[in-house]
Amino acid sequence: MCVALPGKVTELIDDKYASVDFNGNIVKAATGLVEVKPGDRVLVHAGCIIQTVSQDEADELEDLFKELDAF
Amino acid sequence: MIEQYMEYLKQYDGPSITLMEVCGSHTAAIAKSGIRSVLSPKIKLVSGPGCPVCVSPSGYVDQLIHLALEEGVTITTFGDLLRIPGSRMTLNESKGLGAKVEMVYSPMDVIRLAKENPQVRYVFGAVGFETTIPVYTVLLDAIREEKLTNLQLLTALKCMPPVIDWLCEGGAKLDGFIAPGHVSVITGSSYYIPLAQKYRIPFGITGFNPKELVAGIYGIVRMCEKKEELLSAGKVLVKNFYTSVVTEQGNTRALEKMETYFEPGPAVWRGMGNIPGSGLYLKPEFSLYDAGSRGLDDDQKINKACRCDQVLMGKIASKECPLFGKVCTPLSPQGACMVSSEGSCYQNYLNRDN
Amino acid sequence: MIVTMAHGSGGAATSELIRDIFAKAFDNDVLNEMEDSAVVEGSGRIAVTTDSFVVTPIEFPGGDIGRLCVCGTVNDLLMRGAVPKYLTCGFILQEGADTEVLKRIVSSMAQTAREAGVQIVAGDTKVIEGNGGILINTAGVGFIPDGVEISAKNLQVGDVLILSGNLGDHHAAILGSRLSISNDIVSDNAPLTEMVANLEKDRVDVHTMRDVTRGGLASVLKELAVASGVVITLEEEKLPVTNAVRDFCGLLGLDPLYMGNEGKMIAAVPAEEAEKALNAIRRAAYGEHAVVIGRVEDPGQAADGKAGDLLLKTPIGGIRALDVLQGEGLPRIC
Repeated sequence: MCVALPGKVTELIDDKYASVDFNGNIVKAATGLVEVKPGDRVLVHAGCIIQTVSQDEADELEDLFKELDAF
Repeated sequence: MIEQYMEYLKQYDGPSITLMEVCGSHTAAIAKSGIRSVLSPKIKLVSGPGCPVCVSPSGYVDQLIHLALEEGVTITTFGDLLRIPGSRMTLNESKGLGAKVEMVYSPMDVIRLAKENPQVRYVFGAVGFETTIPVYTVLLDAIREEKLTNLQLLTALKCMPPVIDWLCEGGAKLDGFIAPGHVSVITGSSYYIPLAQKYRIPFGITGFNPKELVAGIYGIVRMCEKKEELLSAGKVLVKNFYTSVVTEQGNTRALEKMETYFEPGPAVWRGMGNIPGSGLYLKPEFSLYDAGSRGLDDDQKINKACRCDQVLMGKIASKECPLFGKVCTPLSPQGACMVSSEGSCYQNYLNRDN
Repeated sequence: MIVTMAHGSGGAATSELIRDIFAKAFDNDVLNEMEDSAVVEGSGRIAVTTDSFVVTPIEFPGGDIGRLCVCGTVNDLLMRGAVPKYLTCGFILQEGADTEVLKRIVSSMAQTAREAGVQIVAGDTKVIEGNGGILINTAGVGFIPDGVEISAKNLQVGDVLILSGNLGDHHAAILGSRLSISNDIVSDNAPLTEMVANLEKDRVDVHTMRDVTRGGLASVLKELAVASGVVITLEEEKLPVTNAVRDFCGLLGLDPLYMGNEGKMIAAVPAEEAEKALNAIRRAAYGEHAVVIGRVEDPGQAADGKAGDLLLKTPIGGIRALDVLQGEGLPRIC
């Protein structure tokens, strides 16, 4: 389940909401579950930020697969 | 790299492997990617009970409709809940009888509605798994802070491990799980360790775009192949292939909030029955915000020939159900798997590729 | 002014509404006769179509129900190769409708009709109980030039399919204005008159044209594949979707293949005519993003699929069979 999409925090609206930009679609997303700052890449589900996105997935995956191959 | 993994999955010629995805968005993403058509015939992907909307029992939908018809009450919820059948009709159909139903993108949107229309009692149709449940805790925080007295939740909240346990216990013919990516964002990858140990079955947490799917499925196939070696080396059969957003411990703040507001209880899954401990309910001290969520266990099978439970256990394919594509179609769904646009039968109907 | 039941009575209030709003905006010799029916010139093969418009909100980013109803009707005539000439319009106003809004809608209709080269020659107004809504039915008449033979059944094996522009803009604009997502996506509602005229002018051998409206590209092409008894294959990577619409769909769990448009068309032409057709379409207003998205295959020869199949080749080399839209295409959370 669970439609969620990564976007970019453009500003903090108040202590409860931030504006998140998805290629020009602006969503007022709740920040109650994750502390964020402008510029952060975040995952949004149902109008709520549920995690920040880290960028280094490809490298980590390769390490994981190498580890599996070693067995 | 992706081409290399793809090639491996195409050429795979080891023992047959059946993987189940237990996430509706995976069901949809897998269908959209067309990946089944390029996998080796030895690798089979089947769909589990992946969508909290489609597994909500008819009694829950009936109660939403009952409330929406009450004077002064408006039901707000997500678009996909509108087309889920109750015992007599869907929420969408109930609008024709005067039921007041509004579709929203986010539960937070209802805060504004409740403030603007204090004379209306709003009830949010709160369905969800571990991904969505924390969103309701943020909504509950706001309701309490703003002292809103005209906004409640009718919940049908469910957790994944008990249903995975139910599937394995029931003898589902599976070799590994494509673990739900966005549930895992909240719960962390460690969530699946007890199940992986109990049933000696691999779990691989996987993302949703075609490349992530290929990488994840490749990883799980490799885990299946190396299962005995991994076990004898004392390794857990849980790997995270969605590291951009999933960590080992998950979103601890979200998990704490869930624990603050909710407690486990039995829950009825459409077409599957009552699975003890698989539901979450507002704790008694928060009953003020509960529009009567407990005991909505009625799940009338619309058609006795419906074989949802067996489809979900991976024991039969959608097309082996006598109703599939005949009386059971997306426009007249009979069971959970056809109800949701991410249900396995719905997706198999749309992508009737064989 | 607010519309009341009196405006539908047939009396003075009705006359005033017709004189001040409709006749003023649509002004032409045929309509100005104000007789019981319009009498127009014409001969040969006549294309006739009708359509009803019930969109909410009635004014949306990039358009309104007035522009929409002219475009929808004109485009339906064009898709049979007809030259659109005359429209009629029936207004069903709900009590409480604001005449200022109505004036804007009617003026938008008049402007779009001029752009599309059609005259609005007959009309009707009724008022019903309700809460201020405006509903419009339009009918259109066009004339088919000799030798033009365009139909959904005419797809030929070997044809290429050209899509005249980006997918999903109209649907996303309408849905965005109803939900709490703000963006700059505007409706693509537009008359395709120039595009079709260019194809005719350049003597492109067009087999089939279809406007890509409700149900989206997949629904339209699936219907064409069934009607012509062929296999249609599409390349997912060639489908034109803006990043904004793609992410809008991603947020709501929607698929651009099933999102409605109101100013896009599909043209099927023989492969050797593809460049000529692309040039004709791209030269026209609203056609600058036209691309080839797929081709028509022989069910006997195609590696996958049988007559009536619509197949999408995905970026990882998979094949996805597409069906028509099921249900309403509501946003999803899971």
